[in-house]
Amino acid sequence: MSILIDQNTTFIVQGITGREAVNLTRECLDYGSRIIGGVTPGRKGREVHGVPVYDSVAQLVESVGMVPDGSVVTVPPTFTRDAVFEAIEAGVKLVVIVTERIPRYDVAQMVELASLRGARIIGPNCLGVIRPGVAKMGGIGGPAKDAAKAYQPGPVGVMSRSGGMTTEISSTLTAAGLGVSTAISIGGDAIIGSTYAELMPLFEADDQTEAIVIYSEPGGRMEAELARWVRENKSRLPVVAFMAGRFMDEMPGMSFGHAGTIVEGKADTAAEKIARLHEAGIAVAEEIAEIPGLVAERIGKVMA
Amino acid sequence: MRFFEFESRRILAREGIPLSEHGFATTPEEARRIAGEIAGPVVIKSQVLTGGRMKAGGVRFADTPQEAGAHARDILALEINGHMPRGVLVDARAAIKQEYYAGVIYDGVRKLPTFVFSDMGGIDIEEVAAAHPDHIGRGHFSTILPHMDFRAKDVVAAVGVTGSELNRLTPILARLGQLFVKYDMTLAEINPLAQLEDGTFVAVDAHMDMENEGRPRQHELLAELGVGGEETREAREPTEFEIKGEEIDAADHRGVAGNVTEFEGNLGLVIGAGGGSLTLFDAVQALGGKPANYCEIGGNPSVSKACNLTKLVLSKPGVDKIAVMMSIVSNTRVDIVARGVIKACVELGHDPAEKIAIFRIPGAWEDEGFKLLERYGVEYCDRSVSMHEAARRAVEKVASADGRSAADEPRLEGRTSGEVEEV
Repeated sequence: MSILIDQNTTFIVQGITGREAVNLTRECLDYGSRIIGGVTPGRKGREVHGVPVYDSVAQLVESVGMVPDGSVVTVPPTFTRDAVFEAIEAGVKLVVIVTERIPRYDVAQMVELASLRGARIIGPNCLGVIRPGVAKMGGIGGPAKDAAKAYQPGPVGVMSRSGGMTTEISSTLTAAGLGVSTAISIGGDAIIGSTYAELMPLFEADDQTEAIVIYSEPGGRMEAELARWVRENKSRLPVVAFMAGRFMDEMPGMSFGHAGTIVEGKADTAAEKIARLHEAGIAVAEEIAEIPGLVAERIGKVMA
Repeated sequence: MRFFEFESRRILAREGIPLSEHGFATTPEEARRIAGEIAGPVVIKSQVLTGGRMKAGGVRFADTPQEAGAHARDILALEINGHMPRGVLVDARAAIKQEYYAGVIYDGVRKLPTFVFSDMGGIDIEEVAAAHPDHIGRGHFSTILPHMDFRAKDVVAAVGVTGSELNRLTPILARLGQLFVKYDMTLAEINPLAQLEDGTFVAVDAHMDMENEGRPRQHELLAELGVGGEETREAREPTEFEIKGEEIDAADHRGVAGNVTEFEGNLGLVIGAGGGSLTLFDAVQALGGKPANYCEIGGNPSVSKACNLTKLVLSKPGVDKIAVMMSIVSNTRVDIVARGVIKACVELGHDPAEKIAIFRIPGAWEDEGFKLLERYGVEYCDRSVSMHEAARRAVEKVASADGRSAADEPRLEGRTSGEVEEV
């Protein structure tokens, strides 16, 4: 079993000629991922690290002779909705949206189309997905050698609303000798394509995964949704959470860190979320360094 | 970005939602003139971006234009929760038969906009939801399929409304839903939505919030309302320090070194990225430290951007030391941030080794960064030292700055200053 990606997953990069996209393409290729093409309108015929560039997804599909499994979208916010619609309408089933500062309406539209077409969106405002030692899709973990340092294979699934903290937590798990099964940077926006609860069934079905670590923040209701999912489905996976941004509880209406952190009601605060997680038997770590111990305790492993 | 009530009303009018007769005034004379035109009892309402204006005396009733002018004079001079009013709204006080509530918000779990409707208007909708859940109708509507007014009808009918009321309320709620998505709102509510004695409906108060991400494409509306780009309309007005932070971030398009928020402490923070900053700020506070500011570095900013942000933080009165800390970076380069913060110290005439309490940024180009820090004698650490440990070190150094020397304290474990290998 695998979650979202494996060594055979093919994907494309939309906006591939942008500065960040060029780096991301290099990093993914070095890590062993299969990028079969890129799209930037008006740049047909170019290559980015040996990856052919096309004007459109349809043109790419025609030329390569296959529909890619996934797409990493890195186009500016104004053009993201169109790029994502283009990928989904071409039959792409996994879309990772890196772009940040996309208006919520556009995100809702992309997510709605994806659900009508049976596609999955990760992000926006995320760094993507990594299966340590197998493949990565997106800038997660950075250059291949840096990614190898932070991400070693192991039994812990990681889901995080912060891209950087995905790597910090995974590195801590790796250093403790536990390692990571799949890490997903789910995105920092108020509406995202895949929430913790929506990704849980994938981890649940994955033999490699024995525990879950989540990084969460104030804003939104997705921690309460996860708590409900864990209770109702009697998940076999112990979950350990870390909640950042506790200081924001005193500052309603302000947004820090990510767009999604704006507190729009009492249920959005860190304190309320911690209470919901505790009710579902989810351990909440006070410091990142406590996470490996809490995980090891729950899966009966002795720490390195 | 929050709108004043008078602006929210203009948006409703633009979309064909009926309003009570009203006018916006910034002087008592204008208020008196508007009340004269309405020619009947009026209510004078303070235009402030904060709640509780009724309790604070910011809403008053008048039977004559003279009285309206006098109330306007008082309200225009009345500060509410630290906010001075932008003006007053003079609103006709018609006889109301019943008050309703109409609102639209996003549901982040279902990821769709949601209509909220109640036949118990005029009070806080959260109170109604808690005490009378059977008086609230809710329903999602599509963001990609048009022609979905029946969704609004279902929500209104769900609280038991039928007859001509249902047929009059449905288009109002449907239009509110349309303007909500069209103008990138995160909240659009009419409360109360009043039915007058003649059976017609008018919006008597309205509250709207536009998402900052939507502002670039809402120029036309914002220009029409006279909302300038400099108006952040955040929960609290930006301080001079925060405005300078914005300028530093805007001066150079490479990376982020901004989102500066001022606090009252003595430990300056040069921290990142989004989630890392939240974690580190919490850590400093939990350990008894007093942060002077919040900020975010990310996306590989230039040396000058990191330098200018650091200078801003160092120049804040009361800042003794700074802590330079991030979660593991893969895009931002450690050496570039190191160069920026050292440059800031040197150019302001400080010894970096004394001013920088701790440097904890592991990741891309860390060897180059650590060598530079070594050369200036700055205490640093790699990823084997946790974010909380690094924060603890900074808090301890600030606490002991007056007393015993920080150098006498035990060093951190892991690869730290003094152990960098030569390349």
